[in-house]
Amino acid sequence: MASTAHSHHNYIKIFIILSVLTVIEIGVTFLGLPKMLIAVLLITLAVWKAALVAMHFMHLKMEKTTLSIVAIIPFILCVFLILMLLPDIYPH
Amino acid sequence: MSEAVAVHGNVEPAETPLTPVSWGKLGMWLFLAGDAMSFGGLIVGYGILRHASKTWPVPAAVLGINLTALMTFLLIVSSVTMVLALAALQDGDRAKFNKFMGGTILGGAIFLGLQAYEWTHLIGHTLPHYNLSFTKDLFATTFFVLTGFHGMHVTGGVIYNSCVLAAVNRGRYQAKHVEIAGLYWHFVDLVWILIFTFVYLL
Repeated sequence: MASTAHSHHNYIKIFIILSVLTVIEIGVTFLGLPKMLIAVLLITLAVWKAALVAMHFMHLKMEKTTLSIVAIIPFILCVFLILMLLPDIYPH
Repeated sequence: MSEAVAVHGNVEPAETPLTPVSWGKLGMWLFLAGDAMSFGGLIVGYGILRHASKTWPVPAAVLGINLTALMTFLLIVSSVTMVLALAALQDGDRAKFNKFMGGTILGGAIFLGLQAYEWTHLIGHTLPHYNLSFTKDLFATTFFVLTGFHGMHVTGGVIYNSCVLAAVNRGRYQAKHVEIAGLYWHFVDLVWILIFTFVYLL
């Protein structure tokens, strides 16, 4: 019972972190920073939020490695997809 | 003879460190991995078309982010009510489960309503104002493809969650089924977090 109460507490904590990160994301767009820096900050924040959802709400943190391997494959393939398309984006 | 066959037929496959605890969860994760690649392909395609375009409107200026920020918050809240619903059912508290699961479904439905309002407003007012059209401009096309594909997932999630809520109350589904439905719902939330960044904020 105590462990259940503890995990409830964690869910609310994750919810607060996600909300704060969302507010920071919106704030970043109003700061007038260089475009490249904004892009890096926003993508970092988005990946951070996505990881929080996967780790805590989807319980990846508590699962066997099997599910993490399944979960990480699409991300690796998407990175490959971007790399493979780079010659098309920057043709010589 | 037949007894021997029966005994051998029941031999469990050897457990390895990678054998999943729940095959149902592994199944949902495999589906989500495939689905993530669909979204990944669309988002990468969007990025490349945008990068290659000579003109691209500032998304935040055309689309506005106030309503979308509210929609993002709404999906995060409905993700939280989903985990709380699962926790309540694991504790055996059906009334609390119904309350949180109902909240999750309501959150998804309101999200869809807001998206319908956003689309109507964009098609009727904003896009013509900026002289954009989703049949001619990649900005509008990619926007409707990405948010539409995600919106269909939310629609599916609302229906799925409603069926799970009904099945739990009829005694046909237990906490393990709710957990699998939860995986799908959190994935929809996770994808929206990425779409919010790539389509609206960047």
